[in-house]
Amino acid sequence: MSDKEPLFSAKNRKLISNPLNAQNPITIQVLGICSALAVTAKLEPAIVMSISVMFVLVFANVIISLLRNTIPARIRIIVQLVVVAALVILVDQILKAFAYEVSKQLSVFVGLIITNCIIMGRLEAFALGNRPWQSALDGVGNAAGYGVILIIVAFFRELLGSGTLTLPGLGTLQIIPQIVYDWGYVNNGFMILPPMALITVGIIIWVQRSRNKDLIES
Amino acid sequence: MDKQGNTYTVLYAVVMVVIVAAVLAFVSESLKGIQNKNVEVAKKIDLLKSVGIISDATTAEELYDKHIGENTKVINMSGNEVEGNAFTIDMSKELRKEPKDRNYPLYICKLANGEEKIIIPLRGVGLWGPIWGYISLNEDKNTVFGAIFDHKGETPGLGAEISKEFFQTPFQGKTIFDESGSFTSIAVVKGVDTSSNEHAVDAISGGTITSNGVTDMLKECLSGYEKYLKN
Repeated sequence: MSDKEPLFSAKNRKLISNPLNAQNPITIQVLGICSALAVTAKLEPAIVMSISVMFVLVFANVIISLLRNTIPARIRIIVQLVVVAALVILVDQILKAFAYEVSKQLSVFVGLIITNCIIMGRLEAFALGNRPWQSALDGVGNAAGYGVILIIVAFFRELLGSGTLTLPGLGTLQIIPQIVYDWGYVNNGFMILPPMALITVGIIIWVQRSRNKDLIES
Repeated sequence: MDKQGNTYTVLYAVVMVVIVAAVLAFVSESLKGIQNKNVEVAKKIDLLKSVGIISDATTAEELYDKHIGENTKVINMSGNEVEGNAFTIDMSKELRKEPKDRNYPLYICKLANGEEKIIIPLRGVGLWGPIWGYISLNEDKNTVFGAIFDHKGETPGLGAEISKEFFQTPFQGKTIFDESGSFTSIAVVKGVDTSSNEHAVDAISGGTITSNGVTDMLKECLSGYEKYLKN
């Protein structure tokens, strides 16, 4: 790669756009499913989780990419883990200090970012072999691909499960009006339970593949 | 130096861990003040909410000083006042002691209309982790004026609903002693009409273990104040 390559060359732009669709970490690679189940009962935690994952993934990618020529091959997973764990603790501490309410809601899930397969996957597959700028873009792209799915799932789960949407800074908004309940509509309590997150992800996978036949595995 | 050799690998690991530890220790130390402040403010918001005073992070301190301030007590199981700072008592540590050795903190809140309410902190276990709350009693030391509950990680939409108003409001007006004056606490129950029952409120369907946790918490925590409240 020449140094004169523009920052947002077609190839670099693809690093961001690919994970949003054809290489989506959740719907195509089926990674990070565990947290997609856990934090998507409401919209706000899903949004904060997405932002936190983006922070961790971008910085972990850049740090590992900067260190990639110095890391001894035998302990590279440990090195990656230490970097990720340190970043996650940073996020947790910062949330506790400056976004206390949100950190209370996310509680253990912030810590669980460490175990998010997407992060280790990107470090191993991309950051170890690419330069920092490309790694940062790859981090943004994959975290966004993860976040988009998380937010879509949370949107439907909260809307159908509680009839509300919870947005950061706006609180809980009642979306389904009272009159609909008066007519006999009932919130689907099953939507709030983890199995419906899986089914919702399944439906997204189905819709995505039926629109883009190339993604269907033979 | 051989980048795959043992010496390099060990040195690399040691240096990396030391750097990471230093960074994290530094961040933790420098944010500790703000974090503790947040916890303190959150506690004040909860305390005020249990007597129906709504505050946020910017007004909690002022309202707390105005309505509660230094008006706190620490008592023992016999109902006598003992030394200590009620605000800093960690209920989770107290509950691990034998009931007679525990320190029981309480807060006396003076409302704008001159009425005094007694606020008692609660702590117990839900399904996934700790639950806690504050219950405020009228001057008769029996009737509940308000109650709030919160939790660390109960199931959203099920057990987590204990932090919602629809669960907390029915506690108002219930009593913790029966007519003959013996301690009954308030139970969270399912399947019966609780509107006429002085000592029960509706449970959350799907949140049975958390609901039972609230029942146990009320019983366990309030029983320590029995002597004090009867005086």
